Amino acid sequence: MNRIIAALATTTALAGPLAAQDLEIDELTFGFIKLTDMAPLAIAYEMGFFEDEGLFVTLEAQANWRVLLDGVIDGTLDGAHMLAGQPIAATIGYGTQANIITPFSMDLNGNGITVSNDVWELMRPHIPSMDDGRPVHPISASALAPVVEQYREEGTRFDMGMVFPVSTHNYEIRFWLAAGGLNPGFYSPEDITGTIDADVFLSVTPPPQMPATLEAGTIFGYAVGEPWNQQAVQRGIGVPVVTDYQLWPNNPEKVFGITEEFAEQNPNTTQAIVRALIRAGMWLDENDNANREEAVSILSYPEYVGADEEVIAASMTGTFEFEPGDVREEPDFNVFFRYYATYPFYSDAVWYLTQMRRWGQIPEQMSDEWYHEVAAQVYRPDIYLEAARSLVDDGLAAEEDFPWDTDGFRPVETEMMGGVDYDGRYPNAYIDALEIGLTGDEVVVDGVVTGG
Amino acid sequence: MTTIDPNFDADREARRERRFTAINKADAWFRVLGLAWLTPMLRIAAGDNPRAQGGEIWRLLGVPLLAIAAFLMLWATLAPTVQTSLGAIPGPAQVWEQVGNLNDDAIRTRERAAEFYERQEVRNEERIANGEEARPIRDFTGAPTYYQQIWTSIKTVFFGFLIATAVAVPLGIAAGLSPTANAAINPIIQIFKPVSPLAWLPIVSIVVSALAADDGLFEKSFMVSAITVTLCSLWPTLINTALGVASIDKDLVNVSKVLKMGTWTKIQKLVLPSALPLIFTGLRLSLGVGWMVLIAAEMLAQNPGLGKFVWDEFQNGSSQSLAKIMVAVLTIGIIGFLLDRLMFTIQSLFTFTNNR
Repeated sequence: MNRIIAALATTTALAGPLAAQDLEIDELTFGFIKLTDMAPLAIAYEMGFFEDEGLFVTLEAQANWRVLLDGVIDGTLDGAHMLAGQPIAATIGYGTQANIITPFSMDLNGNGITVSNDVWELMRPHIPSMDDGRPVHPISASALAPVVEQYREEGTRFDMGMVFPVSTHNYEIRFWLAAGGLNPGFYSPEDITGTIDADVFLSVTPPPQMPATLEAGTIFGYAVGEPWNQQAVQRGIGVPVVTDYQLWPNNPEKVFGITEEFAEQNPNTTQAIVRALIRAGMWLDENDNANREEAVSILSYPEYVGADEEVIAASMTGTFEFEPGDVREEPDFNVFFRYYATYPFYSDAVWYLTQMRRWGQIPEQMSDEWYHEVAAQVYRPDIYLEAARSLVDDGLAAEEDFPWDTDGFRPVETEMMGGVDYDGRYPNAYIDALEIGLTGDEVVVDGVVTGG
Repeated sequence: MTTIDPNFDADREARRERRFTAINKADAWFRVLGLAWLTPMLRIAAGDNPRAQGGEIWRLLGVPLLAIAAFLMLWATLAPTVQTSLGAIPGPAQVWEQVGNLNDDAIRTRERAAEFYERQEVRNEERIANGEEARPIRDFTGAPTYYQQIWTSIKTVFFGFLIATAVAVPLGIAAGLSPTANAAINPIIQIFKPVSPLAWLPIVSIVVSALAADDGLFEKSFMVSAITVTLCSLWPTLINTALGVASIDKDLVNVSKVLKMGTWTKIQKLVLPSALPLIFTGLRLSLGVGWMVLIAAEMLAQNPGLGKFVWDEFQNGSSQSLAKIMVAVLTIGIIGFLLDRLMFTIQSLFTFTNNR
């Protein structure tokens, strides 16, 4: 009730210049997947940020990432909470061909990798302990390697789940496995299962079904966003072994995707959407995450994420529970605005492209310029900055919250697991420095890596 | 005896007779509506022997109630013994609690909707005060309530069922009247009848997406669900109609020949009336199939309705999810039962014999 009154108050106080402008369309439907990182959409709706802009938005949960992507492409959805890889892959024509752009990056971090209780028991002896008996973090996949070996000797294929072929989670779990010496398998134009030469076989499962699939024994572990790792802990069916923050602090996560056509035909509406989303991101991180409790309660509504409040709170309020009782501080587990989280950096797009190349989704070597061109085509900081500027002009945001003069590349990342530094300006150098994966002009032909 | 006070007794007897005739007449309707247990009660009230009617009441009301009570007891005792990762399986009490929760959710949503409209009004007043044009009031954009989901499902199933009927009855009559038409239609029925709704769904959704206009009369998701229902509920009506038409009394057919009836008159005066009981049996089966198919289609395609509700709750995986899904299952069952009763009632209205 208070919330609504508050929303009303801000609403009436505001007659922003954009709200007064003519929106091309004002009735919009956005899709999302039941994950806590859809929060900016739920918050923009619940706190009235969309309405402030004169937008009437309907939020619709989607069954899986595939359905969501198709919805945006065929126009049933005007926009959606998307995997960062989806607009990029669609633009280069991997999977589906469509010009999807992203003017807004939704969050940083927020994922984890969970293994079943059985696997965890087998892994545990290979992980050093701290003085209090808890395992030392971060945990390397090298602790998983002997387990995979054991399964193989027993004649069992080691299957793990991820949410979509071009998902962050697919690249993250591959990144983790490869950094620990396990090959997650290659894609080739003829074989899109991504299991060529694989030690660990990855398959697609929609995020909310991960715990049920793990419990059913179809997969032995998975990489997914929250709350589905914490759900496994609460339900006592699995143990998260690593968070994506531990793999790469402040790695880019979901984006907000719309078709290029939509942005061109509805520039004012697009601006209004981005303004509302930026405000939602700011609200989520305001005053040291002071609003997170309220965000948790909103996300637990059945129409949004719908999981129990304590499950959602477990990762949204600055902590993360690994084994039952092993709660550790993770203040940046999910970042929605700090560190320029919502700015669509080219270097983020380039990283996704390097991973597509690394695992054969991009079958041939490409020039550095190609990577940069694709990134500039998909990531649209121009739209973002225009919206940010108007928010600053309206006194709704602070000048210093936005990277006005960036060239679109974050500083060189030096804290990634596996010890290889990432500089988005030189994607080929980065790809070649990685141990497992395609390098140089290597290609996969008839299931065999050749060239290089 | 009548000799003592003929007028008094005759009057009473007549009234009594009338009452019982009325009760017996009503009984036919009670049976249709599944309220057969009312008859013996009324009979006792009308002065019949309570002992004889008591047996009837026991059979028609006591036994079913006892069975339901036994089922609830069994459920309540066994459910908590099964531990799932989402907690124990909910018993009747927890499920009933969720009925209350869903109702509260619906009330909450209605309040939110009211506030949503209020905010629009406030904005418009401001705009008018500023000399601007008022904006049209938009529909509430929040999630549908449980009741709205139920209503969506019912609308969809009837729409699909009506299309199916419109297609199946004429085709069935054609197949029943002409062996040639039957030979043509039969293989198609044989092949498509066993196809699962879940196999139709992808085809239907792709075709509908391609053909339906964006701003068409119906929403695409509605069309997808409805057409899937149509494709699956077509067959019982088709087969039963064909059977009903083919098995018309030979004498009647000969009469029609003697009278030189035209095809249309023949269908109207002869074929339809005598095939009606079987057609209705087909329709009842079709509606039942359609209802089952609809829920599955909604679950898979995430189209609005009870099926989507079930799937969303499965995905939510909260501690209340299992109980909420059970509420939905009971709702689906009760509505399915009511739909069947409805068709049965219509059947009784249209057919003179007591063909059931």
